[in-house]
Amino acid sequence: MARILKKEVLTPQIKLMVVEAPWVAKRAKPGQFVILRINEEGERIPLTIADYDPALGTVTIIFQEVGKTTMMLGELEEGDDILDFVGPLGREIEERYFGHVVCVGGGVGIAPTYPKAKTLKACGNKVTSIIGARTASLLFWEEKMRSVSDVLYVTTDDGTYGEKGFVTHVLERVLKSEKVDLVVAVGPVMMMKMVSLLTKEYGVPTLVSLNPIMVDGTGMCGCCRVTVDGKCRFTCVDGPVFDGWKVDFDELLARQRTYLEEERRALDLWLTEKAKEEVSHGF
Amino acid sequence: MASDRLFGRPKMPQRPVKERIRDFFEVPLGLPEDVAVEEARRCLQCKKPSCVKGCPVEIDIPGFIGLLGEGRFDEAIAKIKEKNSLPAICGRVCPQEDQCEKECVLGKRGQPIAIGYLERFLADYEREKGITTPPLPRPIPKKVAVIGSGPAGLTCAGELAKMGYQVTIFEALHAPGGVLVYGIPEFRLPKAIVRQEVEYVKSLGVEIQVNMVVGKTFTLEDLRDAGYEAFFIGTGAGLPYFLNIPGENLNGIYSANEFLTRSNLMKAYLFPRYDTPIKVGRRVAVIGGGNVAMDAARTALRLGAEEVCLVYRRTKKEMPARIEEIERAEEEGVNCVILTTPVRFVGNENGWVTGMECIQMELGEPDESGRRRPVPIPGSEFIIPADTVVVAIGQGPNPLLLETIKGLALNKRGYIVADPETGATNLRGVFAGGDIVTGAATVISAMGAGKRAARAIDRFFQDPDSFPQWR
Ligand SMILES: Cc1cc2nc3c(=O)[nH]c(=O)nc-3n(C[C@H](O)[C@H](O)[C@H](O)COP(=O)(O)OP(=O)(O)OC[C@H]3O[C@@H](n4cnc5c(N)ncnc54)[C@H](O)[C@@H]3O)c2cc1C
Ligand SMILES: Cc1cc2nc3c(=O)[nH]c(=O)nc-3n(C[C@H](O)[C@H](O)[C@H](O)COP(=O)(O)OP(=O)(O)OC[C@H]3O[C@@H](n4cnc5c(N)ncnc54)[C@H](O)[C@@H]3O)c2cc1C
Ligand code: SF4
Ligand code: SF4
Ligand code: FES
Repeated sequence: MARILKKEVLTPQIKLMVVEAPWVAKRAKPGQFVILRINEEGERIPLTIADYDPALGTVTIIFQEVGKTTMMLGELEEGDDILDFVGPLGREIEERYFGHVVCVGGGVGIAPTYPKAKTLKACGNKVTSIIGARTASLLFWEEKMRSVSDVLYVTTDDGTYGEKGFVTHVLERVLKSEKVDLVVAVGPVMMMKMVSLLTKEYGVPTLVSLNPIMVDGTGMCGCCRVTVDGKCRFTCVDGPVFDGWKVDFDELLARQRTYLEEERRALDLWLTEKAKEEVSHGF
Repeated sequence: MASDRLFGRPKMPQRPVKERIRDFFEVPLGLPEDVAVEEARRCLQCKKPSCVKGCPVEIDIPGFIGLLGEGRFDEAIAKIKEKNSLPAICGRVCPQEDQCEKECVLGKRGQPIAIGYLERFLADYEREKGITTPPLPRPIPKKVAVIGSGPAGLTCAGELAKMGYQVTIFEALHAPGGVLVYGIPEFRLPKAIVRQEVEYVKSLGVEIQVNMVVGKTFTLEDLRDAGYEAFFIGTGAGLPYFLNIPGENLNGIYSANEFLTRSNLMKAYLFPRYDTPIKVGRRVAVIGGGNVAMDAARTALRLGAEEVCLVYRRTKKEMPARIEEIERAEEEGVNCVILTTPVRFVGNENGWVTGMECIQMELGEPDESGRRRPVPIPGSEFIIPADTVVVAIGQGPNPLLLETIKGLALNKRGYIVADPETGATNLRGVFAGGDIVTGAATVISAMGAGKRAARAIDRFFQDPDSFPQWR
C-alpha cells in the first residue's frame, strides 16, 4: 500500500501525485520507474519516477489519462491508498559528464525528462532542454525544467504558447548551431523515433526511454521485449533507456497497439457503468 | 494374489470434456471416501517400502495409507504433514508416475497404489474441516530473510517458523505462491488452495512482504543492516527463453510466462471484470512439450481458441509433461504436431503473426540428457497458420537479484551453486534452493530443498563454523 500525500492537476489530462513509498524513494535513480496496481481487479501499469525525496520517503509520479487504469488513478484523492506500488525498476541513466547535453521532453514525457536533466546538470553538464506539447493547456513543469537547464526552449504544435511546431524543429536548429555531445529524448514513440533519425544525421549519440506494454516489470514475462541493435532486449530490466539509433521503433509502435480493441472495450464499459451510477445517485 | 489387489487402482473421476473446456474450474474431482479407503487397503504395507524412496521428501507412505485404510483420517494427514506441509498441492501436481508410484512394488506386475490421489483425498478432507496450526515453540530472537514465495521459499519459511525463528518472506509480485499462482492454471490447482497453504504458513508466524523486488527495492546488504542474519534464496527459474528466430516479436506471440501470468495471476480470463487483457485468436500454436506447454494449450482452449496445436521437436514419448496432462490435453482437443520445430514466424502488414514456418525433424543419436537428438530434415519446411503463438521452451535463472550479490558463485548456466544437502552457497549465511539452483524442476523437489535448507540454517545458528567459506 502506498498513500497519496499530494495530488495536483497539471493539465486537464495530466495529473501529479506525491506518494508515500520510503523503500522506493531511498533507492530511486533518474531513469527508473515503478509499477502500480490500484485494486484487486486492476492491471499493473508502469510509470516513471518523475521526482523523489529519500529524506521524506516520497516518490512523485505524473501520468496522462489515456485509458481505464490511468483514469481510475486520476480519480483517487489525497489520503487514498494505491494497493500495489513496486520499484524502483529498470536501470538508471549514466550519471557523468558528457559536455553539452540536450534533453527533449514531449507531452507527458516532460515528467521523466526532469530527473534526468537535473542529474546531468548536477554532474556538470551544460543542459539545453526542449519541451513541447500539442497545445498550451497541455504544457506543465516549465519552471521546474528551467531550474535545471542552462537554456530552455518551449514549443507547441499549434503555436498557442512558445514556438509553433515540433520539438524536433528546435532540436535541428540547436544541432546545426552548437556542438552537442548527447541527446536524451522522452516522449511519444513517434517523437523519439524522429529525434533519433535526426541525431543520427548529425552523429550525436542519443538515449531514449521506451514505454512498451509491461506486466511484471522484473524480467519474468518478456512482454516488454524490444529489438535493439538486432537483439531482443527486455525493457523492464535492460532498459528503459536505450541507444535511440539502434531501437526498432516501428516494431515498438506495433506492439503497443496489441490490446487496442480490449482497452477500448474496458474503458467504454467502465464509463457506461460510471454514468449509470451517477444517474442512480441523482446527478 | 487376487487380481483386484493387483489391478484394482481406481480411476480419478473428472469433469466431462464438453463441460470443462468452457471454464477454469478444476478438472479432476478427487476420490470419494469409500473408493479412497478401498484403494488404501490394496496397499501391501511393505516392510521395506520402495515407494518411499521415490518421494523426494520421504513421506511415510505405508504409514499414512495404513491409517487411511482404517478410516483414521486425522492421524493419516498428520502422518503426511510430518514430512510435507503442502499435501493439497503435491497430491495434485506431483509427477507421481515418475516418483513414488513408479517405485511401488505393485506396479511391477500390476498397477501401483494411487498414492497421489490418496494424498489429495486426505488434504482435501482436512481443508474442509479447517486446518489447525500446531502449537508454536518459544520464539528464537534470530531473523531470517526468505527471498521468493514459491514452494521452496514457503517451505523453508514454514519449517524455520516451526523451530521458532523470526522469518520474513520478500516477494517481488503482488501475491505469494510463485509458479503456483502465476504459472499453474486454476483448472489444475485452484488458487484457493494455494491461498490456504499460504495462510497456514502465515499462521506459523511468518511475515510475507509482497511488492519487494530484492536487488531493486533493496539488496541483501540492506537486509543484513536491518538485522537479518541468514538468507534463503528461492527465486525460481523465471526468465523465459525465446527461440531467437525471425519474427518472434510480432504481435500475438507470447512467452508461456506472459500468457499464463496474464491468465492466472492477473485473471485475464475474467476480462473485462478484471482489467488485464489477453488475446487468443482462432488458431493457437504452442511450442514445447512440457507441463508449461500443456498448461498454455489448455488455457488457450478455455479462452476460446477453435484449434490448438502443440508443436514439439521430438516424439510424444520424450515429452517431459506428465502423462495424465498430455492425455487430458488431447482429450480436450489439443492436437500434437510432433517431430516439428519452427524456423521463422510470418506476419501481416500490421505486425501481427499469421503463422510459422516449420521444419520436420527425425531422431538421431542420444544427447547429454539421454534423449535422442532431433535433427532437421532438409526441404521439409511447411507453414502452420496461427494467430496466437505461445513459446513454452523453458526458463532460465533471472539475473536481476543475483547480479547484485557480490561474490555469489553461479554455474555456467547462471544458476546458484549450492550444496545439495544443505543449500549452503559460497557466501556464509546465504542458502539457496529450488529452481534457482536446479533449473526448472518440480514443486516437490523445490519443497525438499527448502526443507533441507531450513534444517541447515538452524544448524548454522547453533554452529556457524560448521559452514566454512568454500569457493
Ligand atoms: C517504463 C515506462 C514508463 C512510463 N512512464 C509513464 C509516465 O511517467 N507517465 C505516463 O503518463 N505514462 C507512462 N508510461 C505509459 C503508461 O504506462 C501507460 O499510459 C498506461 O499503462 C496506460 O494504461 P491505461 O489502462 O490507462 O490505458 P490503456 O487502456 O491500457 O491504454 C490506452 C492507450 O495507451 C497505450 N498504452 C497502453 N499501455 C501502454 C504503455 N505501457 N506504454 C505506452 N502506451 C501504452 C495503448 O496502446 C492505448 O493507446 C510509461 C510506460 C513505461 C513502459
Ligand atoms: C506452467 C508451469 C507448470 C508446472 N507444472 C508442474 C507440475 O505439474 N508439477 C510439478 O511438480 N512442477 C510443475 N512446474 C514446476 C514447478 O512449478 C517449479 O519447479 C517450482 O514452482 C519451483 O519452485 P521455486 O520455489 O524454486 O520457484 P518459483 O515457484 O518460481 O517461485 C519463485 C518466486 O520468487 C519470486 N522472485 C523472483 N525474483 C525475486 C526477487 N528478486 N525478489 C523477490 N522475489 C523474487 C518470484 O516472483 C516467485 O514468486 C510447473 C511450472 C510451470 C511454470
Ligand atoms: S509428495 Fe509427491 S512424491 Fe511424495 S508421496 Fe506425495 S505425491 Fe508422491
Ligand atoms: S510400495 Fe506400494 S504396496 Fe508397498 S507400501 Fe508402498 S504403496 Fe504400499
Ligand atoms: S514486463 Fe515482464 S519482462 Fe518486462
